[in-house]
Amino acid sequence: MAITDDVLVIGGGLAGATAALAAAETAPDARVRLVTAKQSTLRHASGLIDVLGYAPGSEGQEQGQGQKQKPIVDPFAELDTLPTGHPYERVGGEAVRDALEFFDDIAGDAYAGGHTDKNALVPTHGGTVKPTARYPAATADGLASDDRDALLVGFETLPDFEAPLAAAHIESAGAPFDARGVTLSFPGIVRDDAKVTRYAHLLDRDERVQSPGGSVNGEIGAREALAAAVESHLEGEPRVGFPAILGDDRPAAVRESLADALGVDVFEIPMGPPSLPGLRLEDLLYAELEDAGVRVTSGVPVVDYEAADGRIDHVVVDRNGAEIPHEAAQYVLATGGLVGKGIESGRERVSEPLFDCHVPHASDRYNWFVDDVFGEQPYARFGLAPDRELRPLDSTDDPEFRNLRAAGAVLGGYDYAAEKSGAGVSLATGYVAGTRAGEESV
Amino acid sequence: MAHDTTVLVLGGGSTGCGIARDLAIRGVDVTLVERGNLTGGTTGRMHGLLHSGGRYAVSDQASATECIEENEILRNIASHCVEETGGLFVQRPEDSDEYFREKLAGCRDCGIPATVLSGREAREIEPYLAEDVARAIQVPDGAVDPFRLCVANALDAERHGARVETHAEVIDLLREGDDIYGVEVRHDSGPGKRTHATPGTTEEITAEYVVNATGAWAGRIGAMADLDIAVRPSKGVMTIMNVRQVDTVINRCRPKGDADIIVPHETTAILGTTDEEVDDPDDYPEEQWEVDQMIDTLAELVPIIEDARTIRSFWGVRPLYEPPGTGTQDPTDITRDFFLLDHDERDGVGGMSSIVGGKFTTYRAMAEEIADHVCAKLGVDARCVTAEEPLPGSEDIAVLEEGMDSFGLRSPIARRSKQRLGSRAPDVLETNENEANPVICQCEGVTRAEIQDAVEQSGSDLNAVRIRTRASMGNCQGGFCCQNMANELHPRYDEQTVRDALDELFQERWKGQRHALWGEQLSQAMLNYALHATTMNRDNDPANAPAQVDYAQFDGGA
Ligand SMILES: Cc1cc2nc3c(=O)[nH]c(=O)nc-3n(C[C@H](O)[C@H](O)[C@H](O)COP(=O)(O)OP(=O)(O)OC[C@H]3O[C@@H](n4cnc5c(N)ncnc54)[C@H](O)[C@@H]3O)c2cc1C
Ligand SMILES: Cc1cc2nc3c(=O)[nH]c(=O)nc-3n(C[C@H](O)[C@H](O)[C@H](O)COP(=O)(O)OP(=O)(O)OC[C@H]3O[C@@H](n4cnc5c(N)ncnc54)[C@H](O)[C@@H]3O)c2cc1C
Repeated sequence: MAITDDVLVIGGGLAGATAALAAAETAPDARVRLVTAKQSTLRHASGLIDVLGYAPGSEGQEQGQGQKQKPIVDPFAELDTLPTGHPYERVGGEAVRDALEFFDDIAGDAYAGGHTDKNALVPTHGGTVKPTARYPAATADGLASDDRDALLVGFETLPDFEAPLAAAHIESAGAPFDARGVTLSFPGIVRDDAKVTRYAHLLDRDERVQSPGGSVNGEIGAREALAAAVESHLEGEPRVGFPAILGDDRPAAVRESLADALGVDVFEIPMGPPSLPGLRLEDLLYAELEDAGVRVTSGVPVVDYEAADGRIDHVVVDRNGAEIPHEAAQYVLATGGLVGKGIESGRERVSEPLFDCHVPHASDRYNWFVDDVFGEQPYARFGLAPDRELRPLDSTDDPEFRNLRAAGAVLGGYDYAAEKSGAGVSLATGYVAGTRAGEESV
Repeated sequence: MAHDTTVLVLGGGSTGCGIARDLAIRGVDVTLVERGNLTGGTTGRMHGLLHSGGRYAVSDQASATECIEENEILRNIASHCVEETGGLFVQRPEDSDEYFREKLAGCRDCGIPATVLSGREAREIEPYLAEDVARAIQVPDGAVDPFRLCVANALDAERHGARVETHAEVIDLLREGDDIYGVEVRHDSGPGKRTHATPGTTEEITAEYVVNATGAWAGRIGAMADLDIAVRPSKGVMTIMNVRQVDTVINRCRPKGDADIIVPHETTAILGTTDEEVDDPDDYPEEQWEVDQMIDTLAELVPIIEDARTIRSFWGVRPLYEPPGTGTQDPTDITRDFFLLDHDERDGVGGMSSIVGGKFTTYRAMAEEIADHVCAKLGVDARCVTAEEPLPGSEDIAVLEEGMDSFGLRSPIARRSKQRLGSRAPDVLETNENEANPVICQCEGVTRAEIQDAVEQSGSDLNAVRIRTRASMGNCQGGFCCQNMANELHPRYDEQTVRDALDELFQERWKGQRHALWGEQLSQAMLNYALHATTMNRDNDPANAPAQVDYAQFDGGA
């Protein structure tokens, strides 16, 4: 027998989670379910919530070195200037603000940046700085648009972050403070290829490690040992930055211990995959989904659907080989883009694999890219073209299904990597799609 | 007149490096100049097949015989660059029985060990071979790493006193009357190891004798001294798969054709190739149909290739040559043999010879013949020993077979490091015994010690580090490790230099992926792009235009 809900969200990344939460809030009596296949893109993402860092370029244009753009100071002021078809244009500037407010409520103390409309400039592990609208509390003391001097600490076993180089790079980028970097060995890490979660757990649990002084009787807590290793390198800087490995389950406590021991502010620099700040955001969202009474079915993909009269009747979930129909009044597709596998491609065509919604793209695959790796890449804009209700449109601009909306990276018409708008678009479109689905489900 | 060097070799491909090593061991003072990185020409853009000779066993038996001889020599002197995969010439139902018989007989005539296998026996060796493959001939083809082999030759030449200058482009030949006495080169960043952002210089290098080993570019060099060398560059495409669908070299057993070989290479399998004449070896079209043809045609032999993931494609140009007046139409019919053009005998201009044509597999024999010729000119009386003297890394086979965990690395990584480094492994890996040695490139299992060793050899040029270590050549195509490789340049090189080196490598890695942008690899490309543009903002790095950012206008914290 079919499982029946009012709203069914497919895909559990930032967009899907937001859609499910918005639907549950809009329609408190509705049954909302989220079905998701695998871990979302958040494990790759830095955990920053970008809204709009740079004005979008036009597709296919080669962007040479030297023609670089200025970062946008106030992203909200730019929202009304975006080209037709951009997801922000579809939902409208007001909805973007509402969505950010919705996120701020959900995230609470875990995120900062909501006190202003302005973007912050945040150092990256590559030493550049990037504009973003919301940042984890762990990064709040690390802004490059904050003029306090900073000491950056890297570890010889973590080759992704070379602190002295990043410090020099931040200075080349014109940041208004002195940055220095040191490379240390991480107390308690014995293997050269330990995973980042190993570093985080050492600190979470404050495991006993050999004290760095090598004292004979000396095993001390990992947090104290790390602080001791850093201390002698401080030259009066009021803040110290670490790669984003300061705890998985108890990051606030870890930061506080380090800050107390060192007598300075402590911050994290966002890192590449696997990204602890991204995973922490995912944990936060899933805890919120549980509180909101959303039924979450994870580890299972939606594999098929039945439609009648222009509406989706039910979808089919593959649970370990058993095909289970799920029906709902309203559906939200939030299966991600090329990375999340909500958009797929072959040598001949680009497609949306579940409902085969229309994905506009050039027929010749040699027109899917431009030669400059950082040029205006057409492939980065692949995705569904929705109406203002976020219903995906077919090739003749009619909604594919009356009760299907789409949100997040599965949408096309924007290049989140170049614009720095990934999480912002997922929040805004997830919020709108979830709200509308909630409204229409009852 | 005093010369800067006795012999000046132009071109740092397999031919030039082989000649430099051979002469240097014979005690000749040698300088080699190369405009890009070692292997920057055809040698770094070939299929990686160590020919058994089977391919030429019907059409060109002299080449076939030379191939099997050199194949056996390279297994000994370059064991760490060769994988003894074996090869199969497979026959499909539509392929001719007569040709199959000729191939077998040809192999036997040329001394190439050859065994006939039934279709079922062939599939026992290679389970993914098509069900209807009728039978196969098994031969000792192998896979060879052209990068390491070429670098090993250059290293050994240096050990014997040679000067090797990369990023030194010949811009003129120095000619006085009927004598060529040297060249003018432009150093990209001054002589010595390359450092990005160092201003270029020019230098005149005079020599008693010049050897032009610039392959497909030999005609350009000749033209600098009004010599006509009619090289006919012919391009070929190769497509790299993300895994080894086969562990044996698979050849199609038919007279000649495109897309008829699959070579397993390290963690990948490489499909190839085509043969089409081009005008300019630096500028020729790289086309979609060529990639499609590789996949579609080779899927007839190994069907799973049809839907497998490819990680990039690349093209190379063969330096084909035929003596004036031969007039062959189809480039596939031009001989694969090589020619030594003594410009004194040929054009009445002394002081230089050019080498054109040939194959990678037979580079050593070519180098020997040329070195003999040069030594005769110079009156040097020394025997060639390159057929017996192992290359650096292959000296001591026992070193390769030591316990796998001796360097405290995860076993598969230790094994891979050792395969790449051969007997140099202890030297490279032990220098850092007390320092952390994390993995820098996850796909290929390359550690910090190996990267540092390569940086030592090649300066801030990360493409030179790449060809020495394979770092950034796996599935992610550098998306996850380019940054880490660049980090390793610091503090030896400053921030600006590191940034330039990273940008150059990242752009180079992108170039080949453009030909594999669908399916998994397109998703990978998006992930790489997001990582570099979204997470790191490398596309709009304010360091490239710092004046544009007014930090005070932005959120500076609550
Ligand atoms: C490397 C990287 C760095 C990034 N950095 C930033 C950053 O710094 N700032 C920022 O704002 N944004 C960043 N982003 C963008 C952002 O994190 C997300 O990509 C964006 O929010 C998209 O989220 P999504 O929910 O639409 O899709 P995803 O996160 O991809 O989630 C899609 C989900 O759907 C599931 N799914 C797919 N198909 C099915 C199916 N058939 N049935 C059930 N489930 C299915 C997937 O398993 C997945 O869990 C980054 C992205 C990447 C890749
Ligand atoms: C598609 C293809 C597949 C192949 N597959 C195989 C195979 O599987 N097995 C095999 O044995 N052989 C194979 N070959 C043949 C083999 O690759 C070549 O014969 C061999 O690599 C040629 O080496 P070389 O040193 O003569 O030329 P190159 O490697 O081209 O060396 C010439 C060098 O001269 C340099 N140069 C040019 N101009 C200047 C200048 N002005 N100043 C300084 N330097 C300059 C170039 O940068 C270049 O590095 C293949 C060839 C192709 C094209």
